[in-house]
Amino acid sequence: MDLAPAAFPVAERNAVVIESAPVGRRYHRLRLDAPDLSALSRPGQFFHLLCRDGAGSGPYLRRPMSIWRCGADEPLGFLFHVKGRGTAALAALRAGDRLSVVGPLGQGFTLHPSWRRILILARGVGLATLAPLTEAAARMGIAVEAVLSARDPADLMAEEFAGHSGAHVFPVLDADGSSDPLAVEALLRARFEAARPDAVFTCGSNRLLLLLQRLSAEYAIPGQVALEQQMGCGLGMCFCCVRPIRAPDGGTVNLRVCAEGPVFDLQAALGW
Amino acid sequence: MVDLATRIGAITLANPVMPASGTFGPELAQVFDLDALGALVTKSVTPEPRAGNPLPRLCETEAGILNSIGIPGKGLDHFIAHAIPEWRRFRPPLIVSLSAGTNAAFAEAAARLAETPGIAAIEANISCPNLEEDGRAFAMFPESAAAAIAAMRARCALPIWAKLSPNTGDIAAVARAVEEAGADAIVVANTILGLAIDIETARPRLGAGMGGFSGPAFKPIALRLTWQCAQAVRIPLIGVGGIATAEDAVEFMMAGATAVQIGTASFVSPTAMMQVIEGLRDFCTRRGFTRSADLTGLALPGRRLAAE
Repeated sequence: MDLAPAAFPVAERNAVVIESAPVGRRYHRLRLDAPDLSALSRPGQFFHLLCRDGAGSGPYLRRPMSIWRCGADEPLGFLFHVKGRGTAALAALRAGDRLSVVGPLGQGFTLHPSWRRILILARGVGLATLAPLTEAAARMGIAVEAVLSARDPADLMAEEFAGHSGAHVFPVLDADGSSDPLAVEALLRARFEAARPDAVFTCGSNRLLLLLQRLSAEYAIPGQVALEQQMGCGLGMCFCCVRPIRAPDGGTVNLRVCAEGPVFDLQAALGW
Repeated sequence: MVDLATRIGAITLANPVMPASGTFGPELAQVFDLDALGALVTKSVTPEPRAGNPLPRLCETEAGILNSIGIPGKGLDHFIAHAIPEWRRFRPPLIVSLSAGTNAAFAEAAARLAETPGIAAIEANISCPNLEEDGRAFAMFPESAAAAIAAMRARCALPIWAKLSPNTGDIAAVARAVEEAGADAIVVANTILGLAIDIETARPRLGAGMGGFSGPAFKPIALRLTWQCAQAVRIPLIGVGGIATAEDAVEFMMAGATAVQIGTASFVSPTAMMQVIEGLRDFCTRRGFTRSADLTGLALPGRRLAAE
């Protein structure tokens, strides 16, 4: 059933699952048959998913899920950490099952055509939110360097991140100490000096957000961050997902992560 | 053909389905044509700007949600200058939900809204705390509910819909009191106070502590309140509480509601209101009702389905 004609930018739709597969020890990926929604979607946007397993069991409210794969020639995809009831129900879906999606929603990342190079800093499954940016940048001729932080090689998911985009990945790991904040700072400084990016992007770690805010302010590089928050409606109606965001006047203002976000200016975001 | 036209006093709605205040906004126009709704109901506006409550503002239960959002907003001046013009892009009658802390503040704000073009009715959210009664909700007691409605009635020629609270011992007495005070319709009911506790931290799961419970698990209570009010007053009732499907809406109409509001269900399915309108038409067709208005009150004592 699809009650939303194409004239409406947000659809509520039962989409057929075409792939459901575990990734590493803790993650899972889903791909859906919804080519029109995939083509409409932009990196950084999200869908609101009704997390019910094949037997219809799952939490009452939908769950916001950032887009991992999208585009005119790519099935709509989600990559997530199987952590609670909602993601467990999603991981229990099998090819051929239906998943009710609402979206695409929210404000995505911005890429300027004049940019030559961007740098992405991601921790854990935060890379899923930033992954579609690599393909979009590649299509615009923008080079991508990515510092991916993970526990160990099994959690890194460099392939899931970069796809066919040709992004240059610098892995940093807890297992060998290279993800230590001082080591990551040294790596970022080295990259900023060697190949200054026109913009930086991050998602998934408070510590890395604060580090990237500090360094990009020092180097005067603009940035964007995708934030997460518990949501009710996902559309901007319930005001449950607000976060304090720095206003131009120096104060803070409560903005809705679902409607004004989830992507915000890097320096306007507050750590959590 | 089924006629879904619905009259609430002097106002005619194209159908009996409208949103519940606080769960709706112009953002839903991204999903479907809001002109298909029976009416539009705004979030509650307050005389002064309000920041809203601390987070978390919402938590989930097995078949419903608790919320304590705290009516964040930019206040009445901003609402009249900016929100009303945005709402006037749409055709259905505009119902402005109004909340205030004192009878005088209710009256003053109602007078301002009455001077503002484009408003079909005021929904008086008297489930909010009465600052002159130790913060107990106006709608908890017949006297305080009636005093708020009477104060508005004296200053406002627009129809006034009194939105009652389930947090009262005698809903019929409150309904009679607001009818006598001049309310044109009754919306029954707001959320019921509830609580959830995070046992890992031994703290309430909502930032504000208690919250209003809504959703499918609340439906039998709201239906009972509607049924009790229907036997207590003559003014039209708008039923609200846990309605997610057309079948739910038909239950509320049979219990005495002239129209229904849908709230929490729109979070789970943004198209829920459209599905209810279509389902209501289908039900009437299947059971041979030419007018959905004929469903109102069919389940009340002394009423029954006409013999086939």
